[in-house]
Amino acid sequence: MSKWHFITDGFVKNNPTFVLVLGMCPTLATTTSALNGLEMGLATMFVLVLSNIVISLVAPMVPDKVRIPVYITVIATFVTVLQLLMQAFTPAAYETLGLFIPLIVVNCIVLGRAEGFANKHSVGESALDGIGVGIGFTVSLTVIGIVREILGSGSLFGWKFIPGDGILAFVMAPGAFLVLGYLMVLFNKYLAKK
Amino acid sequence: MAAASTLKNMALCLTAVCLVCSAVVGVAYAFTAAPIAEAARAKTTASIARVLPEFTSEPEQGSVQVDGTDYSYYKVDGAGYAIVSPVSGFGGILTLMVGIASDGTVHNTAVLSHSETPGLGAKCTTDEQFMSQFRGLDPSVKTLAVKKDGGDLDAITASTITSRAYALAVSNAVNVFKQLTQGGQDHE
Repeated sequence: MSKWHFITDGFVKNNPTFVLVLGMCPTLATTTSALNGLEMGLATMFVLVLSNIVISLVAPMVPDKVRIPVYITVIATFVTVLQLLMQAFTPAAYETLGLFIPLIVVNCIVLGRAEGFANKHSVGESALDGIGVGIGFTVSLTVIGIVREILGSGSLFGWKFIPGDGILAFVMAPGAFLVLGYLMVLFNKYLAKK
Repeated sequence: MAAASTLKNMALCLTAVCLVCSAVVGVAYAFTAAPIAEAARAKTTASIARVLPEFTSEPEQGSVQVDGTDYSYYKVDGAGYAIVSPVSGFGGILTLMVGIASDGTVHNTAVLSHSETPGLGAKCTTDEQFMSQFRGLDPSVKTLAVKKDGGDLDAITASTITSRAYALAVSNAVNVFKQLTQGGQDHE
């Protein structure tokens, strides 16, 4: 049996942003530009894949009552490692994303996949699931970022093609909700048709 | 399947997990400490070069207390002072480096660290229109405050608090400069 569906599931059927509606805090806050959204998505994916792998490995040995503290500790470890790596090698990205990197620890997607998937599946499947959901999250955040950056700043990935300030509301929180809402409608309409 | 939730098992499991996790973080820290310090140093040197006129001598680090706050600065012979000026921004501490030429005018400013809102206050690092106002500004002629507060500076759109903090940081740096140069004269 092909395991390909573990990746596509995370991308379409279990899309964390538009279907599961998880991890809304970074989704709304960091998607002010396409690049910010992409970086945030990749950072989350890094933690998601590694924590899924480790949790699927240790889950059989962990007593049931302390499983959540164990998962959170594992996730927090990877987030700290990611934070140090970003500070060392991509200081610019670390600066723009700032406090949203440590906040990945409490991202529902990461704990959700640990609790809902990784602790009952094999290492390989959990890794694929992490990659799938990670890609789903990254693409969703990038798309929201693209729409908000075009409407709000008149640019795309920092490349300005409309002079002037753009519609400021789209850079701010209300624009985030609007764009998220409309994209969610489109995405689910497309899913319903299939 | 899962081990039984006895006190012994739980304690053992949590201890083991914490030990392994701290070891991982420790290794990561040891591995990244040098690159992080290197990145910070490169950034400081680049910022000094950005905020002061061209210089050849090695910047000399020092610190001074003005109005109860400690400021660190880099003195560059023949160019002026690069003063590190932290203030409260919208989302936390906003730290600027302000270059003040020997004649007392602001040469240029650069943001060292900030936690302003991405896409709004964070524009203080990229908004050319806003930042250019500080270039060559003579603090004895212009008032270092945003227009809303009766000053001479245009704020960044929708980020008045950040702009206000930025202006305050520059104005503090000017005071530090005054103290530094006056202190120097006292010794002569």
